[in-house]
Amino acid sequence: MVKVTQKIIEDKLDELKEDGIPEDLIEKIRGRVKDEELEEEQLEYLLNKIYINYHNALVETNEPVGTVAAQSIGEPGTQMTLRTFHYAGVEEFSVTQGLPRLIEIVDARRFPSTPQQTIYLEPPYNQSEEKALEIHNLIEQIRFEQITHDIDLDFVNWTIIINLIPEICEKKNIDIDGIPEILKRYKKKGTIKREGNSIIIDPGIEDLQSLQKLREKILKKVVKGVRGINRGLLTPTDDQKEWVIKTEGTNMHGVVQIEGVDATRTVSNHIHEIEKLYGIEAARNMIIKEAQRVLDQQGLDVDIRHLLILSDLMCVEGSIQSIGRHGISGSKTSVFARAAFEVTVNQLLDAGLYGEEERLLGIPENVIIGQVVPMGTGRVKISLDLDANLKILESKK
Amino acid sequence: MSYSFSRTKLIDKIKFGLLSPDEIRKMSAARIITADTYDEDGLPIPSGLMDQRLGTIEPGQRCQTCGNLVSNCMGHFGHIELARPVIHVGYAKKVLKVLRSICPECSRLMLTEEEMEGFREDQIKHRKIYSDADEEVTKIVFKLARKSKICPYCGAKKKKIVIEKPTTYYEEEENKGSHRITPIEILERLKKMTDNDLRILGVSPENARLEWVIFTVLSIPPVCARPSITLDSGIRSEDDLTHKLVDVIRINQRLRENIDAGAPHLIVEDLWELLQYHITTYLDNQVSGIPPARHRSGRALRTLTQRLKGKEGRFRSNLSGKRVDFSARSVISPSPYISINEVGVPLAIAKILTIPTNVNDWNIEEMKHLVLKGPFDHPGANYIIRTDRRRVDLRYVKNREIIAEMLAPGFTVERHLADGDLVLFNRQPSLHRMSIMAHEVKIMSGRTFRLNLTVCPPYNADFDGDEMNLHVPQNEEARTEAELLLKVQEHILSPRFGGPILGGIQDFISSVFQFTSLNSLYNKKDALKLFYLGDVFKNKPDFNLEDLTPITTDPEPLYSGKQIFSTLFPDDLNIRVKSKFCKKCDVCEKEDCPYDAYVVITNGILLAGTIDENSFGAMQPNSILQRIIKDHGNARGREFLDSATKMLLYVIRQNGMTMGLDEVYVHGEAYDKIQQILKDANDESQKLIKALFENDTTVLKRAPGRSMRETLELRIRQILAEARKMAEETASDYIGDEAHSVIMTKSGARGNILNLGQMSAVVGQQAIRGERINRGYIGRALPHFKVNDLSPRARGFVEASYRKGLKPAEFFFHAMGGREGLVDTAVRTSTSGYMQRRLVNALQDMIIENDGTVRNSDKNIIQFRYGDDGIDPMHTDHSAAVNLDVLLLKAKNLDINQIREEMKESPKTKTTTKKPKATTKPKAKTKPKATPKSKKPDIKKQPEPDQKDQTLSDEELRELYEKDTGKNAEWRGKLTKGYLEWKKEKLE
Repeated sequence: MVKVTQKIIEDKLDELKEDGIPEDLIEKIRGRVKDEELEEEQLEYLLNKIYINYHNALVETNEPVGTVAAQSIGEPGTQMTLRTFHYAGVEEFSVTQGLPRLIEIVDARRFPSTPQQTIYLEPPYNQSEEKALEIHNLIEQIRFEQITHDIDLDFVNWTIIINLIPEICEKKNIDIDGIPEILKRYKKKGTIKREGNSIIIDPGIEDLQSLQKLREKILKKVVKGVRGINRGLLTPTDDQKEWVIKTEGTNMHGVVQIEGVDATRTVSNHIHEIEKLYGIEAARNMIIKEAQRVLDQQGLDVDIRHLLILSDLMCVEGSIQSIGRHGISGSKTSVFARAAFEVTVNQLLDAGLYGEEERLLGIPENVIIGQVVPMGTGRVKISLDLDANLKILESKK
Repeated sequence: MSYSFSRTKLIDKIKFGLLSPDEIRKMSAARIITADTYDEDGLPIPSGLMDQRLGTIEPGQRCQTCGNLVSNCMGHFGHIELARPVIHVGYAKKVLKVLRSICPECSRLMLTEEEMEGFREDQIKHRKIYSDADEEVTKIVFKLARKSKICPYCGAKKKKIVIEKPTTYYEEEENKGSHRITPIEILERLKKMTDNDLRILGVSPENARLEWVIFTVLSIPPVCARPSITLDSGIRSEDDLTHKLVDVIRINQRLRENIDAGAPHLIVEDLWELLQYHITTYLDNQVSGIPPARHRSGRALRTLTQRLKGKEGRFRSNLSGKRVDFSARSVISPSPYISINEVGVPLAIAKILTIPTNVNDWNIEEMKHLVLKGPFDHPGANYIIRTDRRRVDLRYVKNREIIAEMLAPGFTVERHLADGDLVLFNRQPSLHRMSIMAHEVKIMSGRTFRLNLTVCPPYNADFDGDEMNLHVPQNEEARTEAELLLKVQEHILSPRFGGPILGGIQDFISSVFQFTSLNSLYNKKDALKLFYLGDVFKNKPDFNLEDLTPITTDPEPLYSGKQIFSTLFPDDLNIRVKSKFCKKCDVCEKEDCPYDAYVVITNGILLAGTIDENSFGAMQPNSILQRIIKDHGNARGREFLDSATKMLLYVIRQNGMTMGLDEVYVHGEAYDKIQQILKDANDESQKLIKALFENDTTVLKRAPGRSMRETLELRIRQILAEARKMAEETASDYIGDEAHSVIMTKSGARGNILNLGQMSAVVGQQAIRGERINRGYIGRALPHFKVNDLSPRARGFVEASYRKGLKPAEFFFHAMGGREGLVDTAVRTSTSGYMQRRLVNALQDMIIENDGTVRNSDKNIIQFRYGDDGIDPMHTDHSAAVNLDVLLLKAKNLDINQIREEMKESPKTKTTTKKPKATTKPKAKTKPKATPKSKKPDIKKQPEPDQKDQTLSDEELRELYEKDTGKNAEWRGKLTKGYLEWKKEKLE
């Protein structure tokens, strides 16, 4: 039998392309067929099947894709865990996942309950642990409470004495001489000087309470690193190719500015932060990715198209809208749709005052008044051409 | 040209607005003056709350306004004239905002003309598009207007206005104290507002003047909106609304009398306030700040707002969801002998549910027969509807023969539900569309609905007392839709992930596992029996046992389970799947897998591998069922599932599948080994605990970011988990591969190794919130232990197995862990239910438009192409439109003659399987048949060469076109575009 040649394949693929098969699928076919020794008829059969399969898979118009997506995301929700789990490893931190995280995403919460970042590094830094540690030290936020034994109050001279631990400072790569400089940024008044391993601050207050307050404040001050990044963890990626920093707490804006951080790949699970820094398209992608991750972790199989439609809806206005009363559902134009969801009475009162119009275009509206819902088979109308029928009748006679 | 449309839509749009006092008076049927309802004789008092002009609720009584009976009178509103104006609570906040932003003297909005202009334009623009107010603009206007202190029009000074909830307003002047703004004053101020100013606030003056939110006239709802009920004892009980209205009228009356009598200001004020209270609670009885009005019994009244609000309110309970007739509910039980498309319906139910059937010339004899049998014999009828729309109840007909003879075309017979009727079947919670599917009725004895076992997964049903609902579609349109879209076989593939949601479950998996494993052999007699049960002879008429070569002929011809099961497959089935129990070796030997864990089906024959959950189970995206449906459609899939389950049922009945206590009895060496493992783990833990107290960081190395105590917990949990795992493995090795419980876990039918380990070896650590149990008393969980005992035993490690039995302390710990699980599920169902409701509500109006975009009901584009590729997930192969691997496998494996055979038919398959959308594209349509044709000529005769085409007459050409495409060349007397294009191409 004749084996197919490269030329025949190309010809056939061109034919397929003309038939409306998308480029990427053709590309995939080319890759797969290349190495297989097929006979011409077999190839013909294969491409024929591909054509049929592809066209069978296209969506039909009037399909209620929204409802299907909502059900496909919501139904597995009943099978998800409710708890915040710790990662299997000993030293990693807790992550919200499962149902609570999914709700968080769908709600478009301002702040995730466990903010996290995965910081990718640029080439020289991502190759070895030592190199990566340099960046790590720049990023991880260090507060005074972490590098001091204690902070004493000297009530005789009305000063605050910060006793630093030199070992930790060295480990974290903190220059003790630089500390007064940092403190000055917070505290404009008073004098600050270094004495051995302690820093003495004379704020110029002679009041016990405010001095204590100041002490507490200083304890929380950031000495070094990016504000908001509470903890960082150096780990190699799953494929062991490079080192990344996983963090507890996020500050995309701060992290990206650090030299050596790969801003193109670094991600945060704080969707609003992403939106602010990278724009709505990035946020859309993050919603999809985060939702997909939750579902994957729970071992639930949900087609990505359902998540696409969800995130596209959330982002369609140009900013992230939540699913629910304060977002999408609350901004619908139909009074009935809003009233049937939540806060029924207020919706009706407002509708009266504003003289709103219910145009009955959506689903809940038409259910409420008992009409056929405008989707699926409900959107198809049949009209009968009487003249044409008469003609047929006559011709039959 | 004239068209006939089916007209079902009646309401085009609904406009909202406020009623003005004039309108209320105009639409009022009666002015209500008396606070009483009925007199001593039980007759409604004229001008009372139950005035007969407000409509009637007594059957047989005619309405005094419209003259209709109860069924046709929709009731009429009345009104009362209020002695003093009263504020509508719902608008109290709005009134406050408006008062704060208008001038107290001239009532102009306190913005300069220039400022107003922009806002007005914004509002008008917004109204044009959305027909309501732009609340964002309104917000800004209020904010801005509130700031200005002096009216730019009359120069009056604005005072600070505060509200005392819910409906009292005060004007405060610095160092002058405050003074109350009475509703009369508010009314005056609002009345003076200009229409243009109102527009800026988003109010639409055509539909609602702001002063109308202050009642001067109150409209009284018709009696049918607040029907009184007569109890058995003859005592009348009035509706909550009536009670409230009585209060309103009574106080209104007293107020008027006092004003007329010139009573002191203070008394009038008091009564006025009381009137305000009553009207407030009449509108909403849950306003914060005032006590709710109560019934005599102490129950809070259910007034207007409560009627509409919430889950039990009008909107969610009566408008978004409705109660229906022609439905039934019963307990479900299994029946493996009915098809997945069927449902067993108890006879008793079938005699109550009816289907209206039009009598015509073709079914009149059948209908006569049904009528004769009457309502009490099963295939009978309950009612007849005559041509004059009169309904005859067959229960009370003495001589049914007469009635039956009367039957003529045009009558409707409401006949009993019978075999083959389509009904909708549903189980709550209806989480996805597969929760309601259409089944064919099969009448059965007994009192439960019968269900094929393989449809349990989509309904998430089991038989521990579950109940399900059944609905009977009442017209042809509904039945057609059910047939085409809702049947179970149309839902085998789930739109969630593009795989079958149906499939073998539980014992079917165990059964198929045993059946297709290496050592299952059957003699000729058994094999024939299996073929018979699996409907092989029915579905493959040319099947012959002689075609199969027996595995051995010693002592008698024996056929393997694999061979027998293969007869259920279509001939072109080609699959490679790894089994569930695949050991995941480093190098997969595929076909030659030593464990028989690599399923190979080539051209419909199971060559190697044991079929288990991965290839036969429900929700497996690459199962046999998935492949069959993808290639041969839903009907073939159903056929496979039906026959396979029937065959497997026999197998498992022959083999038996059971489990007893002795199966998990581990003793002897293995038991000692398990005990040793546990002892070692305990010792190790003790060592670490000791290290913690001694602060020995060499033994217990602190984990980064964790305290020593936390590190200890982590380590102990780890050690114990490992120990449990080892014990489990030891036990499972001891139990062996032959035990039925192991077959169940291995094949994926039910349970996992962990369950088995817990029964036979050790139950393991009980946890609360992912931690060892550390709550209870100070420093200890139970009084059995010493304070600060951190040992595994004291913190919820259960060393016993379920078979051995738990010690009291262990039992207690186990109950704690178990309780957490229960609470967790309870909480989860409600939270996930709410999330789903929100999701559905937000996403529900998105559909695919005719141009392929995804839009919501306002026609805003959400996606330009659905899913970026226009592929329907339900029709995908686990998310990909085309599964290249499988197709390639098939292309390579199929016999070349088979391919030729199929290619010969392919033009047909293409046009039939292809969706209409594909055919509408002119290019796509001409192509597919061109390809096979250009292929074929070498083998067979070339069809007419091009020149010959030209000699064809027009008539012949058209015929050719119609034969080729299955489409009409002519439509409405004109040649179709498709034909013309085709012809042009052909002639070239």
